[in-house]
Amino acid sequence: MAALLLISGVVFLVAILALIYRIFTLVSIAKGSTKQRVSSSNKINAILFPVLFVVGFGAIFIYSGIASENFLPAAASAHGSETDFLFWLTMAIIGVAFFATHLLLFWFPFKYQFKESRSAYFQPHNDTLEIIWTVVPAVVMTGLVLSGWMVWTDITSPAPKESVAIEIMGKQFNWEVRYSGKDGELGKHNFRKIDGTNSMGIDFRDPKSIDDFIARDIHLPKGQPVLLKIRARDVLHSVFMPHFRVKMDAVPGMPTQFWFTPIKTTAEMREELSKDPAWQKIDPDTGEPRYKNFNYELACTEVCGSGHFAMRKVIIVDEPADFNKWYNEQDSWASKNKDYLSSIGINLDLADNQ
Amino acid sequence: MSTVDIDIQSAADAHGHDDHHDHHEQGFFEKYVFSLDHKVIAKQFLITGILWAFIGGLLSAIFRVQLAFPDADLTFMKPLLGDWIDAQGKMDTEFYLAAVTMHGTIMVFFVLTAGLSGTFSNFLIPLQIGARDMASGFMNMLSYWFFFLAGVIMLISLFISTGPASGGWVIYPPLSALPQAMSGSGLGMTLWLTSMAFFIVSTLLGGINYITTVINLRTEGLSFSKLPLTIWAFFLTAVIGLLSFPVLLSAALLLIFDRSFGTSFYLSQIYIGGEALPNVGGSPLLFQHLFWFLGHPEVYIVLLPALGITSEIISTNARKPIFGYRAMIGSMIGIGFLSFIVWAHHMFVSGMNPFLGSVFMFLTLIIAVPSAVKTFNYLTTLWRGNLVFTPAMLFSIGLVSLFISGGVTGIVLGNSAIDIQLHDTYFVVAHFHLVMGSASFFGMMAGVYHWFPKMFGRMMNEKLGYVHFWFTFIGVYMVFFPMHYIGIAGFPRRYYSFTNFDAFSTFTDLQIVISVAAFITLAAQFIFAFNFFFSIFKGKLAPLNPWRSNTLEWTTPRLPGHGNWPGKIPTVYRWPYDYSKPGSKEDFIPQHIPFSQTPESNTDMENELGKLEEEEKKDLGKSSESH
Repeated sequence: MAALLLISGVVFLVAILALIYRIFTLVSIAKGSTKQRVSSSNKINAILFPVLFVVGFGAIFIYSGIASENFLPAAASAHGSETDFLFWLTMAIIGVAFFATHLLLFWFPFKYQFKESRSAYFQPHNDTLEIIWTVVPAVVMTGLVLSGWMVWTDITSPAPKESVAIEIMGKQFNWEVRYSGKDGELGKHNFRKIDGTNSMGIDFRDPKSIDDFIARDIHLPKGQPVLLKIRARDVLHSVFMPHFRVKMDAVPGMPTQFWFTPIKTTAEMREELSKDPAWQKIDPDTGEPRYKNFNYELACTEVCGSGHFAMRKVIIVDEPADFNKWYNEQDSWASKNKDYLSSIGINLDLADNQ
Repeated sequence: MSTVDIDIQSAADAHGHDDHHDHHEQGFFEKYVFSLDHKVIAKQFLITGILWAFIGGLLSAIFRVQLAFPDADLTFMKPLLGDWIDAQGKMDTEFYLAAVTMHGTIMVFFVLTAGLSGTFSNFLIPLQIGARDMASGFMNMLSYWFFFLAGVIMLISLFISTGPASGGWVIYPPLSALPQAMSGSGLGMTLWLTSMAFFIVSTLLGGINYITTVINLRTEGLSFSKLPLTIWAFFLTAVIGLLSFPVLLSAALLLIFDRSFGTSFYLSQIYIGGEALPNVGGSPLLFQHLFWFLGHPEVYIVLLPALGITSEIISTNARKPIFGYRAMIGSMIGIGFLSFIVWAHHMFVSGMNPFLGSVFMFLTLIIAVPSAVKTFNYLTTLWRGNLVFTPAMLFSIGLVSLFISGGVTGIVLGNSAIDIQLHDTYFVVAHFHLVMGSASFFGMMAGVYHWFPKMFGRMMNEKLGYVHFWFTFIGVYMVFFPMHYIGIAGFPRRYYSFTNFDAFSTFTDLQIVISVAAFITLAAQFIFAFNFFFSIFKGKLAPLNPWRSNTLEWTTPRLPGHGNWPGKIPTVYRWPYDYSKPGSKEDFIPQHIPFSQTPESNTDMENELGKLEEEEKKDLGKSSESH
């Protein structure tokens, strides 16, 4: 039935188009417009360009204000404010270029629409102009490259020694996060040691692994550099922490890393957002203002399969003291899985004594 | 439209006695199916491309439904999608990814590579350089039929029970290498790789032909410095394709080895489906390097022909020479060269050495310079022109607009520091759909409207063309411009839904706006389809030179036969852009008009050339008498 309806609809549409086509042809013959170089449509098309310019840029201008409510809040990491600045600086430059070129592009069609009486200006080239618009973009690009390069070099420089190292492993379809425990060093891992229980493949023959703990949420200390040691267990994933302007692929067989410094605790961010009207709106699910339940999030940005869109993990930034408190309260994974460890031949009490 | 044409005389005369050309009658198969004629092959590419464009468009409509209405009951799609819609009316998440993947593959390769280059390089190269046909008609035929075969295989993959390839059009391993990772990586991926292998063969056969033809078969007097910009663009495109597609073939080949023969080129230390795989030592990054070594030039393979086509159309319909002909060629060569050394800007956050990122950021931003030069040259060509708005002209102006709006955001994304945040978000989707997808599509449409009279000997309806243009132009902006906002808000691409994340839970209204705009834009393409197919049979008969254009194809009969010119191939004396030349009676002087016939509009140097022409002719006359 639906198919029949669809087919009859298509037939109807084609019939209407055929009719319009026929009418247009007859009208143009009746008008005798075939004798003229251009028909009256030329004028209409010429006018539509400046009209579209006004309407289009008006819409962009108005909507940009509305949309900015839904942009991410100000960066919560030290480097984030630099890349944000670069982003908006570049946007301003290209915004001007976009506006200026479109002003000309949509004005010329109106201004220089065909007139039988006029003839176009024969102007094959002008070397001065060519040089100007080669050099000016080149200079602007050089400026942008240099500023981008300096920021990029800073971001990708080796992590400071005092960084808190955290291991993040992507798998289908969630993230697992391991902290180095009391010794401050992450133990080895090996993909051949992965099984249903030891999902990260931690190598417990390495004594440094014994005190490592796996956390449900990611906790980060404010104001301290954090080094993410990133890996993937099955396919490519990508660590994306939008509020911190952090992104790095997780690659099976090739550890990657990214370091950054969180500068706002979750509580501070909630406090800041409480002043934002967009965040004061009541969330229908919780019945509370949105800012109260704000959380930093970790997402996956490299397509990894059916659950790609659901690889969420909550990130909580604490004051350093709170972070340390939380950190010290965590039980090591080994201590929680003694049976598993003895099943692979490691006696935890012996290991402790080593 | 009047056809007062300086050269009609000669063409019409020649038409009278072209009896030496009606050799044996060709059968239907020889003429329309396994044809060796470049014009028929071009039409085959075009019509196949149009059909693929509708399939690709339909796929995008399917996933736009999901994105706009994530909570809706999609049972109504069950007749089309079958089990991909479950009992609760929800779209299968892997099918969503498959639709995205196939949309990308089809649009990039089948529509904008084969449909664009295949159509216009084939059609225009011999006609605009004054050649009887391609250098090798047989290879040309093979090129189409390999493409056809690739299409059949890809089409079959849409209907298999495990679904088509679904790891994104970039098919990054290990996802694409492991059937355990997603069902589309099984048979669907095998078919994808097979199809692409044939497609690459097709592209190479075509490319070798285009290059050879342009180099060897130009008519007398047509030096490279007098070539229309279309031919320059097709030539450079073919060179780029010839250098980059083999790399994709090698990437695909190694992937086939990894998938089927247990090698470890891309695989290392993987635990999946409850077991650790034996593969060690491979690198997924190797695939990315190889893929983007084609993938980035591919952007220009798609875009350059469109830019060439618009250069020609804008100049013709502005009744003005293209501004900075040599600068246009120079910037195309520059873009072509640079396109090979910017690929790793797709990989800033792939884990590649950050120093490499710095180098590629630098090279990437250089490519903005020739692109800017092209834009300014287009604008200056319009300045003080006498603009005739044919549908082709509208689409060309549309292309310039899309090229700017999509191009400028490339400056943002090419900056590695900024790309950290924007990589793989909707900002990227907006960027490349505008600059590569829509701009190239507009170039293709411009080309169809402009050369339809030469292809089919009839005119397309202009009014329907105008309606089609304005719907499409406003439509693509309504679809892709808002994606910038969503991208700035951090929304990742290839997400089935955004409801899981607080950060991405906004913009639900805008998603609906985008989807509705996409449906309307897609629907508007049926206006084109109707106009196209209807006009093939019922369109007004085309005059010989409907756009009063300078290039050689308009010196052929209304429907050029095998061999294109019934008589002698015209000789070329001048560049193709003598529009509105001061002193000339008409506002165009075609390429085959000697300077000796146009003393009223010649410069001093051209008068000298005219004298030389006269002398040569006399010499020629003497030598032929002495025979």
